[in-house]
Amino acid sequence: MDLGPFLFLATLEGLVSAAVLALTAVGLGLVFGVMRVVNVAHGEFFMLGAVVAWAVTNLMPGAPALGFVAALALSPLAAALVAIAADRAILRRLDYAPEAVIVATIGLGYILQQGALSLYGPEARAVAAPFSFRIQFPWFGYSGYKLAVIVFAALVLTGVWALLTRTKIGLVMRATQWDRETATAFGIDTDRVYALVFGLGAGLAATAAVLVAPISQAHYLMGGDPLLLSFAVVIIGGLGSLRGTVIAALLIGLTDGIVGVFFAPTLGKILATLLVALVLVFRPQGLFGRKTA
Amino acid sequence: MTGGVRVWALHLAVLVALALAPLVVPPYHATNLARIMVLAVFAMGYNIAFGYTGLLSLGHALLLAAGMYATGLLVAHGGWTAGPALLAGALAGAGVAFVVGLLALRTTGAAFMIVTLMFAQAGYLTILYFGDLTRGDEGFTLAREARTLFGLDLVTDATRYSAALALFAAGLIGCLLLVRSRTGRVLVAVRENSERTRMLGYDPFRARLLALTLSGLYAGTAGAAYALLFGYVGASFATVQYSVLALLWVLLGGAGTVLGPLVGTLVMFYLVDFAGNLTDATLFVVGAALILLILFARTGLLGTLRARALAWLP
Repeated sequence: MDLGPFLFLATLEGLVSAAVLALTAVGLGLVFGVMRVVNVAHGEFFMLGAVVAWAVTNLMPGAPALGFVAALALSPLAAALVAIAADRAILRRLDYAPEAVIVATIGLGYILQQGALSLYGPEARAVAAPFSFRIQFPWFGYSGYKLAVIVFAALVLTGVWALLTRTKIGLVMRATQWDRETATAFGIDTDRVYALVFGLGAGLAATAAVLVAPISQAHYLMGGDPLLLSFAVVIIGGLGSLRGTVIAALLIGLTDGIVGVFFAPTLGKILATLLVALVLVFRPQGLFGRKTA
Repeated sequence: MTGGVRVWALHLAVLVALALAPLVVPPYHATNLARIMVLAVFAMGYNIAFGYTGLLSLGHALLLAAGMYATGLLVAHGGWTAGPALLAGALAGAGVAFVVGLLALRTTGAAFMIVTLMFAQAGYLTILYFGDLTRGDEGFTLAREARTLFGLDLVTDATRYSAALALFAAGLIGCLLLVRSRTGRVLVAVRENSERTRMLGYDPFRARLLALTLSGLYAGTAGAAYALLFGYVGASFATVQYSVLALLWVLLGGAGTVLGPLVGTLVMFYLVDFAGNLTDATLFVVGAALILLILFARTGLLGTLRARALAWLP
């Protein structure tokens, strides 16, 4: 294959990882933006989404596509419910103190991992894709499902954007983000907003995981990489900025896809991790974020 | 002065009790105790950064691994003897902590946690990347004949226990001296109110960097000692799990108490051991312990004791 088509393939692969990453990271970024807490269990909500997707597609009789659609609806719901329960039972009692929440969500992550290990097992299992046609380019054939993932992720992200900027709920969320006390003074039940945002964040991670499950596999330890990558995206995009997060996800996803074609994956990961750490050290507001006091 | 006597008497009594323990408990538990004492040195290091100075790091596994791999690789591939290799391991921990601190301490709070986590992840991946040398996740063992320190064979149970105790005693006394010194009080001041400490003429950045470097010295020494005493070096010690365990041990025992790391490591070790007999769900035990501690006993066992009865506990 010539360099041109080769780069095209790498770009497609990069777009798929960018799409999945953007969904996951927007979930993490939303929680950070509105609630000002770092959710270390975010990767485990991602894992939960994939594992529930496996369970739903296997329990559902009939065509694989039907089971997949059910998983796409039920997995995020399950993750969101667990997240809301955790918010009520744990985070609210901690009064959202940043360091306490970090410790508590580390604990929550371990509990979710153990739950998946006990109930689902240590194996990595594949989830059947809803359809399997290939799109034939002049140089190679490419999975139609992967292209559908890109489109679907873009739709969900547009939905999140519309929710935040065009609806009453979004307005309430932004008001809470801006100033929680004033929002409370205006009669907004910020406890409910927090629970909703935490659930929404987990649901987005789970959605991403359902999409990725037919491409990779579902495994109880799969949450580590998405967590670190989401941190990276949210940091580079500027903590709490939706647009920056999406741009950073594209940047990191594409780089990941293209670098992965040319470099050893471990070396690429090492360099990328150090680079992100240095961005956070020298530009704490991110590459696209504005300086705030 | 009587306060000082009381404090030293308590800590020396703990050391004497640990010295007598192998005469009383079965060999299985003596080996466990040796392991716990080495890991408690790691936890004491974490406590200097987190408990006394308020630095919530998720990268301490990197410092433990720095000491462990410096010592292990120098012994296994460089043909070094145990003594110089142990020193190199300790310095590797302190050196890595100093460099990480120079960068990471420009941030605070959640950003500091994420930066340290990322540096540690890069370190873990580096160990995997040089798999030819480190044998990656599988790790490597140290030859029996290389594990001799000052003519003492570290492989036999009795000398291993004594060596672990000597290391732990040095760490404990060092920590006690530190927290009772002027420097120790500056660290606590930085934790409590960094701005006010700056106003009083101290440099919070330098204090934090000192705390992190000392913390790295402890962690590196613990890693180096672990490699020599137990003869195994593996990448699992560089994973985020070990950073979390250090946090858990310190929280459980009591952050900002000198004996807390030992108590936390001891209790958690036997809690996981005990739970392991009942169920395989050890991750659940760790997770639940973290959540319950942060919800109901944020000051840990000794912190609660200090608040209720023993206000003089350092």
